Amino acid sequence: MRLHLLALLAKEPAHGYELKQALEQTFGSAYPSPNIGQIYVTLGRLEKDGLVRAVDVEQSNRPNKKVYYLTAKGREVLEIWVDEPTEGPRVRDEFFMKLVLAPLTGIADRMALINRQRRHYLSLMSDLNELLSRTPPTDRVAMLLIEGAMLHLQADLDWLERCQEDLA
Amino acid sequence: MNAVAKTVNLVKIYQDGAVPVPAVRGVDLQVEPGEFVAVMGPSGSGKSTLVHMLGGLDTRTSGEIWLDGKRVDTLSESAWALLRRKKIGFVFQFFNLVANMTVGDNVELPALLSGASPKVARRRRESLLAALNLTDRADAAPAQLSGGEQQRVALARALANEPALLLADEPTGNLDSRNTRDVLRLLGDVHKDGQTIVMVTHDARVASLADRVVSLFDGEIVDDGRIVRRRTGTAGEVIDLR
Ligand SMILES: Nc1ncnc2c1ncn2[C@@H]1O[C@H](COP(=O)(O)OP(=O)(O)OP(=O)(O)O)[C@@H](O)[C@H]1O
Ligand SMILES: [Mg+2]
Repeated sequence: MRLHLLALLAKEPAHGYELKQALEQTFGSAYPSPNIGQIYVTLGRLEKDGLVRAVDVEQSNRPNKKVYYLTAKGREVLEIWVDEPTEGPRVRDEFFMKLVLAPLTGIADRMALINRQRRHYLSLMSDLNELLSRTPPTDRVAMLLIEGAMLHLQADLDWLERCQEDLA
Repeated sequence: MNAVAKTVNLVKIYQDGAVPVPAVRGVDLQVEPGEFVAVMGPSGSGKSTLVHMLGGLDTRTSGEIWLDGKRVDTLSESAWALLRRKKIGFVFQFFNLVANMTVGDNVELPALLSGASPKVARRRRESLLAALNLTDRADAAPAQLSGGEQQRVALARALANEPALLLADEPTGNLDSRNTRDVLRLLGDVHKDGQTIVMVTHDARVASLADRVVSLFDGEIVDDGRIVRRRTGTAGEVIDLR
């Protein structure tokens, strides 16, 4: 969450609760509802690393609130994050390892593994379908996230078929 | 209640080439009323051959085919034609629309052939075209349509006679994501209303609407099971955002 908070602070200084609200407004349902405690802990670490700094703002009748802003070093870290390409999905995943190693262990055959995995992917897809139908079209960011997840799953299924043709 | 479709040790060996090709090798499949079965499998695994036999569009080499409790693999071609008109809707992998008829008439004809009144057939035509976002194209000839549009017309036509069994071979093969959404919605709706469906598909979104997935490999069923529906929550919870 470190970099997500840095990105929000690059727009304008904010206190912890404002950051929580900004995450909610920007991502809609695409972001798991952020926990305020976690936001404060993350801000504390960012401050310790010199990426943000806080000023106390006095409030009448209430404890001071801390308003955080981005430091030059923070901006630099953020720019590096934005500029560098993001890793693609991991293809050599748990399932791949099981598939390759399974025949050696004699515990399961590949066809059975592939079939089980196919059912699993399809049930994930069915969850996503249901999710998409429940997501209001105005929640554009969430729609895109779901569609992205669906396309990834389709690719996983196509790849399973390739494995079946080649290995089984 | 009878199974809508059932096969017993169904075999198809194509003998027309130099070497016989075993396309379907002993398939036992039972489809219950209202069930939506997706058929998946690699290219050449026998999916089209299987659904063609279920619809009487290809003859079996051996084994049995039953529709609604009646044995049908022994029927004559004309008896099959009659049965198809009344009970089966078919969407082909390569659509097969009647070229010299308008889109609207392509959709209306099967209902008329199956004995629906002109009024009912017309109403059905209009609701199907609307559901698939094709109302504007009703007077066009199939050749004037894009692949995706023709695919949707083929689906509308297959549903026009309110068939006991909808057989579909890759009905979303030519669709972009928006049109796939229309097709998915329609399929979901007719399935909810009790439509029995056997559908060949590579599209995981389509397959995940099904109650059950049958996987073919080399002409045999290698997996047959229900799709479990489990998780609920927001997108952020269901999809990991690390
Ligand atoms: N008319 C035919 N004559 C001879 N062989 C055929 C004929 N039709 C299909 N086959 C062969 O039967 C096997 C199964 O073909 P089928 O069309 O059922 O596969 P499929 O699973 O539908 O594949 P795809 O995903 O590519 O549509 C293939 O080996 C194919 O070459
Ligand atoms: Mg085929």
